[in-house]
Amino acid sequence: MTGAAIRPSPRLPAPFFLAAPATLLFIGLILLPLALTAVLSFNVYDYSSGVQNRYTTANYLTVLQDPYYLAIFWRTLRLALLTTVITVLLGTPEAYILTRMGKPWRSIFLLVIIGPLLVSVVVRTFGWSMLLGHDGLVNHALAMLRLEPVQLLYTETAIVIALVHIMLPFMVIPVWTALQKLDPTVEAAALSLGASRFTALRRIVFPQATLGILSGSLIVFGLSASAFAIPGLLGGRRLKMAATVVYDEYLIELNWPLGAAIAIIVLLANLAIMLAYNRMVERQAKRRLG
Amino acid sequence: MQKNGLFALAFHSLIVLFVLAPLIVVCLVAFTPQNTLSLPWDGVSLRWFSAVFHHPDFVASFWNSARLALFSATISTTLAVPSALAITRYSFKGRDALNALFLSPLIIPHLVIGVAFLRLFSFIGATGSFGWLVAAHVMVIMPYALRLILAALNGMDLSAEMAARTLGAGEWTVFRRITFPMLLPGISGGWLLAFINSFDELTMSIFVTAPSTITLPVRMYMYASESIDPMMAAVSTLMIALTGITMIILDRLFGLDQLLVGKG
Repeated sequence: MTGAAIRPSPRLPAPFFLAAPATLLFIGLILLPLALTAVLSFNVYDYSSGVQNRYTTANYLTVLQDPYYLAIFWRTLRLALLTTVITVLLGTPEAYILTRMGKPWRSIFLLVIIGPLLVSVVVRTFGWSMLLGHDGLVNHALAMLRLEPVQLLYTETAIVIALVHIMLPFMVIPVWTALQKLDPTVEAAALSLGASRFTALRRIVFPQATLGILSGSLIVFGLSASAFAIPGLLGGRRLKMAATVVYDEYLIELNWPLGAAIAIIVLLANLAIMLAYNRMVERQAKRRLG
Repeated sequence: MQKNGLFALAFHSLIVLFVLAPLIVVCLVAFTPQNTLSLPWDGVSLRWFSAVFHHPDFVASFWNSARLALFSATISTTLAVPSALAITRYSFKGRDALNALFLSPLIIPHLVIGVAFLRLFSFIGATGSFGWLVAAHVMVIMPYALRLILAALNGMDLSAEMAARTLGAGEWTVFRRITFPMLLPGISGGWLLAFINSFDELTMSIFVTAPSTITLPVRMYMYASESIDPMMAAVSTLMIALTGITMIILDRLFGLDQLLVGKG
């Protein structure tokens, strides 16, 4: 991201004036609201009289001890992890296949794969609810094969299928970008020197893709763990994830401090995982550069 | 370049089917003449599309979203240009921190941003105000515009600017006559990406919209979680068509792979 040409600044602190409007906005409308929410998460909540002006850690203790919330956190982690693994297994080979395609097909299919990124999540989730529903296409196909219909909608399977669908472009894009830097003649050289297809993939293509896979998984995991529309529409009332339970606390239970505590936990977990991951990616990059 | 094997092509076909299946199903069901979600086996009807256009809530939400996206994309791009100039053209203390701050809405889950805005809005009594909703959208879509403009600035050839300066042009003239025109593709691409992201935003908006400012994705989410009839499929089809048209425009103008993937 950092600049190509950096000139010594002329007379006035020009960058200050250029960046000031956006900086003030970000302080006022990102940092300040986050701070207010962090404070809110320590407020006492009373069911009859609402948010109190006293402070407590009870909201965090409730969330971290109550089996109801723990089960939701556990499900969120599990499904986000599962989604990430499946997305790696599907997205990496697909990105590799895309790089090996000929001229018109490569850009056409790249568009097909990443284009849905621009279609609203609600639309795509609705599509899955029709495919997976009791009377949906998947069950019709099963019936045609004379198999028993399966309950898919309102299960974790449905959530993971739709999450993988939404997240696939976020994996294909970084892996594709990483593989672009791979000189195809290196792979050809390995093959002509007697390496098997598998060895060439393992020793040449896969190491090149690793950085892409790492940054892709980071994005996919973060977005899956805070996904809202998919568990909301495909999980039903029973299968909550972190985002849907925050929504419930805020807009149905009206217990804002508890909802704020969950939101802050989601934010901190996200940042912690991101930092740990960045460390890992940096180490990987250093090793690659020798 | 080696060819893909038969197995690879079969895998690829399955992935493409997986990616397109839900979108195709939505578009097919929208044309059903029936009252239930079903494929139009016996005849095609446009009744659900006409139902959408006669549904005052959907129509109002559509215009709301369009207005919101127009305002917030324009404001965020206007803010992103000087910020990107400051970050790429100057070296100052805290530059990396500033860059991180501006891109932070990409890292913070929209759920958390939504909750934070809800708190702020109730604090200052801004709930239900369209102007504040625009402000909230500006914050979450500005990183998309900023990233493209930063990339355009970093890839720009500086010799034209230097020539103008040597010939005596002032800072403002250089910007207006050289930098801005050269930056225009990046700016318009950033504006369009910001527009789409605002138009599609659900998770933050669901916390901060009031009945009078409900956006189309929020309306659709609420409609889909209460009742499921083919009207939802018709709205979705219209959204897909709209996105498709935008995609073709973006692709013609900039190359969509360039825009979404970055420099490959």
